[in-house]
Amino acid sequence: MAVGCQPAPSVLPNPEVPGAALPAAFPPPVYAPTQNPPTQAGFELGRSLFYDPRLSRDGTISCGSCHRQAAAFSDAGHTLSTGVGGQLGPRNSPALQNLRWRRGFLWDGGPNHLEVMPLAPLSNPLEMDATLESVLAKLNADPSYQRRFQAVFNAQPIDSYQLLKALAQFTAALTSATSRYDKYARHEAGAALTESEVRGRAVVAQKCAPCHATELFTDESFRNNGLDHTFAADSGRAHITGLATDRGRFKVPSLRNVALTAPYMHDGRFQTLQQVLDHYSHGVQESPTLDAALRRPAGPLGLTLTARDKSDLLAFLATLTDQEFTTDPRLGPPH
Amino acid sequence: MKLSAPLLSLALAAVALSGCDKKKADPAAPQTGSVSIALENVVGPNLLKLSTSPTVYDYATASNEQFNVSHFHYFVSNIKLRRADGTEYAEPESYHLVEESAPDSKTFVLKDVPVGEYTGLSFLVGVDAARNTSGAQQGALAPSTDTFWNWTTGYIFVKMEGYSPQAPGSHAMQFHIGGFADPNNALRTVAPALPAGTTVQVRQDYAPEVHLKADLLRMFTGPNPVSFATFASPHMPGANAVKVADNYAAGMFEVEYVQNK
Repeated sequence: MAVGCQPAPSVLPNPEVPGAALPAAFPPPVYAPTQNPPTQAGFELGRSLFYDPRLSRDGTISCGSCHRQAAAFSDAGHTLSTGVGGQLGPRNSPALQNLRWRRGFLWDGGPNHLEVMPLAPLSNPLEMDATLESVLAKLNADPSYQRRFQAVFNAQPIDSYQLLKALAQFTAALTSATSRYDKYARHEAGAALTESEVRGRAVVAQKCAPCHATELFTDESFRNNGLDHTFAADSGRAHITGLATDRGRFKVPSLRNVALTAPYMHDGRFQTLQQVLDHYSHGVQESPTLDAALRRPAGPLGLTLTARDKSDLLAFLATLTDQEFTTDPRLGPPH
Repeated sequence: MKLSAPLLSLALAAVALSGCDKKKADPAAPQTGSVSIALENVVGPNLLKLSTSPTVYDYATASNEQFNVSHFHYFVSNIKLRRADGTEYAEPESYHLVEESAPDSKTFVLKDVPVGEYTGLSFLVGVDAARNTSGAQQGALAPSTDTFWNWTTGYIFVKMEGYSPQAPGSHAMQFHIGGFADPNNALRTVAPALPAGTTVQVRQDYAPEVHLKADLLRMFTGPNPVSFATFASPHMPGANAVKVADNYAAGMFEVEYVQNK
């Protein structure tokens, strides 16, 4: 069967929709608004889906269960997250923010596009344990969803294309660019950083920027940051590529809102940012794929960080907390 | 003269019809016809018959390993028809999912093919890299549990599942072949030859049928003979998936006949 074309949302991008405007300081987006033009109805539909536990097998877990707005859409306080039937997933739930700029999703980059990303947690037996077919059946049996999908896509029945496009309307809208740091960088009136925070910013630029690059504070690469000697429990990127050279490499997360997203690393092993910094200064483990940025020309592995560097870093990292983002009522559960 | 309402609508219909006729006769419009593609799935000399029995085996490989088949699908995409002068017709939006469990999926029609004589065809077994990396798709490419990997994005180009007493453990076999990026690119273009002296003649007034057979057994023979006892059946892109792809690219698809009528 040849592909039957369905109209994508045909309305022009609505600047009032969250995330429709792209921060000037950010690099060009990977998922441009033209690929799925933001509309109010599309965004609201995606928001309802994101917070709807009916997307899980037994109706107990929504996307929002493990991606909480107050924690920059991470699962704050949970080393691992709980799926249907109380099962624990194998990795720490990552923050969801600035997803328009992300290439390669999850800690291993398995899903390659924002639109197909939700299929991974949806079908994972340890997470939502559903099938696309069962979710579509539930949505198509719901008069409210029927009406709302019809209004956005002008086609029936609700299919996977509509579901994934609608979810992406919401996930692409999760732009965080209104932290105290952002306002300072944009020279907004009244925005200021303390001396310690300014020094911390310089330390990031000098010591952390090879990985936590650009205004997104990640270069979107996969790197081995020296957590272990071997990676028997979780080979990271190699799980996807099958390449020995990718063993122990994981997605470099953004530093934005990092003060809200403890615990840290793919397995949630560090409870505090102090522990993370201590890891980089004297906890880095040798392995064949260890990132070159963590090898010093002479001396032990890791980064050279003084006690003052660390306190300045902690001060600066807190300025990346974006309270407008984490309290924006438009991004929370619908009423 | 006054026309009654029924007569008026008849007259309007006549005008509308003549409008259509006029358009059809437009000499500037390229003349096109259609080509029907029919695929018959076989296992060696036998027609494929799906079975969910874990203990009754319908088929055997060349090395005499018994097996049966509970699921078989493949994607046929990027279909091209070639003329004697080397020019080609490429079907737009050319994505077809052929599932043994869905008889209707085994026949499809290429529409708006320019009239003429075609001496060859080719297609991709699988889904090109572009559509593996472009997010939500529709039609044959709508993601489904059977045809799409969720945890590492990609279409399962060819999937065969079944049982063999020689397969280790539960005797279940799952051959999930996919992968669109080097070094584990399992995309293969095949160009099964038309029978000697045969061409596909596309006319406005009739639709030729190209009848192909797909021999599932060819997944396991060819450059990389597969023994169910020892071959780790692939569930993700990788070296073993590539080996099976090289097998089926070497002759799984054959044109049995072309019916020009």
